[in-house]
Amino acid sequence: MKRRVILAATTAMIGCAAYAEDLEVTHWWTSGSEAAAVAEFAKAFDATGNKWVDGAIAGSGGVARPVMVSRITGGDPMAATQFNHGQQAQELVEAGLMRSLESVASADGWRDIVHPASILESCEIDGEIYCVPVNIHSQLWLWLSNDAFETAGVAVPNNWDEFVAAGPALREAGIQPLVIGRQPWQASLAFQTIVASVAGPEAYGKVFGDKDADVVNGPEMEKAFAALATAREMTAGSNVQEWNQATTQVINGQAGGQIMGDWAQGEFAIAEQVAGEDYTCLPGLGLADIVSTGGDAFYFPAIDDPEVTAAQEELARVMISPEAQVAFNLKKGSMPVRGDVNLDAANECMRKGLDILANGTVVAGIDQMLSPDAGNQLADLMVQFFNEPGMSVDDVKASFIDILEYDS
Amino acid sequence: MAQSNVSGRPFRLFRNLNAKIAAIPMILTALVIFVGFSLWTVVYSFTKSGLLPRQDFVGLMQYERLWSNTKWLISIQNLLIFGICMLVFSFVIGFVLACLMDQKIRFEGVFRTILLYPFALSFVVTGVVWQWLLNPDLGIQSVMRGFGWESFAFDPLNNSRIVMFGVVIAALWQGTGFVMVLLLAGLRGIDDEIWKATRIDGIPTWKTYLFVVVPMLRPVMVTTLVIVTAGIVKVYDLVVAQTNGGPGVSSEVPAKYVYDQMFLNQNLGQGFAASTMMLITVAIIIIPWAYLEFGGRKRG
Repeated sequence: MKRRVILAATTAMIGCAAYAEDLEVTHWWTSGSEAAAVAEFAKAFDATGNKWVDGAIAGSGGVARPVMVSRITGGDPMAATQFNHGQQAQELVEAGLMRSLESVASADGWRDIVHPASILESCEIDGEIYCVPVNIHSQLWLWLSNDAFETAGVAVPNNWDEFVAAGPALREAGIQPLVIGRQPWQASLAFQTIVASVAGPEAYGKVFGDKDADVVNGPEMEKAFAALATAREMTAGSNVQEWNQATTQVINGQAGGQIMGDWAQGEFAIAEQVAGEDYTCLPGLGLADIVSTGGDAFYFPAIDDPEVTAAQEELARVMISPEAQVAFNLKKGSMPVRGDVNLDAANECMRKGLDILANGTVVAGIDQMLSPDAGNQLADLMVQFFNEPGMSVDDVKASFIDILEYDS
Repeated sequence: MAQSNVSGRPFRLFRNLNAKIAAIPMILTALVIFVGFSLWTVVYSFTKSGLLPRQDFVGLMQYERLWSNTKWLISIQNLLIFGICMLVFSFVIGFVLACLMDQKIRFEGVFRTILLYPFALSFVVTGVVWQWLLNPDLGIQSVMRGFGWESFAFDPLNNSRIVMFGVVIAALWQGTGFVMVLLLAGLRGIDDEIWKATRIDGIPTWKTYLFVVVPMLRPVMVTTLVIVTAGIVKVYDLVVAQTNGGPGVSSEVPAKYVYDQMFLNQNLGQGFAASTMMLITVAIIIIPWAYLEFGGRKRG
């Protein structure tokens, strides 16, 4: 009797599994707008009859990635996991711990629908596609609080130079001119933005892509390093840690501006602020029409279970589907990875980004050009620079060249 | 004694055979896990391993990079500051507290519990609590300003020059009670006759403590020293919870450097090199201690 019950229960469980698979998906999207965005994916995936088991890891990518990597290398893989595409997961793929999505990608023609193509190329290793790109984030933005400039009695700047000129007026009005969270990646992001905007996209490519020391010592980078020192002066007095706390200060008008990726837009949206009225966004610091194509992607660890594998493929298809792309990216404040979707709901800032994506200059994200090792060393160097007023630009330049040389 | 040794020599290996068999699993664990894996780490510190270990030997390259890396040098410097402050203050404060406790005061149990209580908290909790206490907008500084002392400034965690002292304060709060209890146990072990003798000789109490009792506490002191020092070398969670290495990289410590290299930078080789340097440091502390503790006894 007892045995029969167990048998029945087992059969029932197997029966369920054939129709619906629980997939654990890990990611580090925990701020208000990020959580709202990822819920869109969960909703779309649940609609297929499977179940999205949310594995959000609080902190930031720096906290979450080690957890993800150790779970995968330790033999307890999740069904899918976020990484920034580029070199972060490369060794996992090379070690055969990640499954190829080539069959899905070629069947559905990802190579034709993903735009710009470079975003899918970063998922490609040895001719096979290993990840689903889900969004395009451009890191190169300056976010300004219109209120803050009104309080200080100056016009809202149109570019970095005007912003620098407005700095003293902001200080006088008791407003922090520039906020950059005191975490290494944020300091590094500010540096990348300054290089791409002040030194220009060409120098940016030569510095980070070709690791050309001559360009680092050249006149364009001289200007960029000077701007970096100015940025340090303008952040003096702020001790904010998290990026979204810094954005909140811009939203409240306590700070004039923040250099941050376009995900900051999600925070403005949640605070019900309107682009152009309450806040202003300047891609490429208002100096150059550029976007970078960093972004997030989902990788699928190799799991030896045909049902899980099938569900993984389903999830990959959901993530790149036009409906999920629109719903997700509107919440997240990022741009979709395909050009054929309807984005009438996009706001002014996102439109600026989409226009540049279509007509302007597109530069590669830093994760696509530097190894995680070099990227983190750069972040350490930059956070040190921002926190030590005594550190000279020449010291930074020398250490920066060392990092680039080690990586090439 | 000598006779039994002579007759027992041929069978020495088999003496206490049951106990020896019972110890085999522990011996194997120690050999494979502690010795074996440590050696493995040392060997792979000479490779250029990335996210996964690779046998791509590069000689001393990882060590060269380690010792030319600002972050590592700052870590070492911070460990020295932290270690010296911790040793000096936890012993001085701990000893003074233990002496005060030793005065046969009332409610000794209550005071002892209060002073030992922080030790029951993990370093993570300690770090978070002291992060709040030292936060200029909510902690000590804002309370003092609330009392009307407007110019009061105390925010070590935002000042890269003194941030390590903010960490030391938290560590002392957590660990001093433990030192006190160990030393108090030692003090209780001092024979009453000694006290009577010094009293008859008319030696002041403080002199008795410093020149008679302290030398007699040597074994307890050495044990406490080793425990405290081992805690200093591996300090990680406190810094992560309290400052996360910041501001900038000014409160980085070696254990955090190892973790960051291995798991954030995906550079195992560099992390192994740094952890090998830490192993050497610990060996430098442990070997003389083991020699004093075990070597000395055999001679006596």
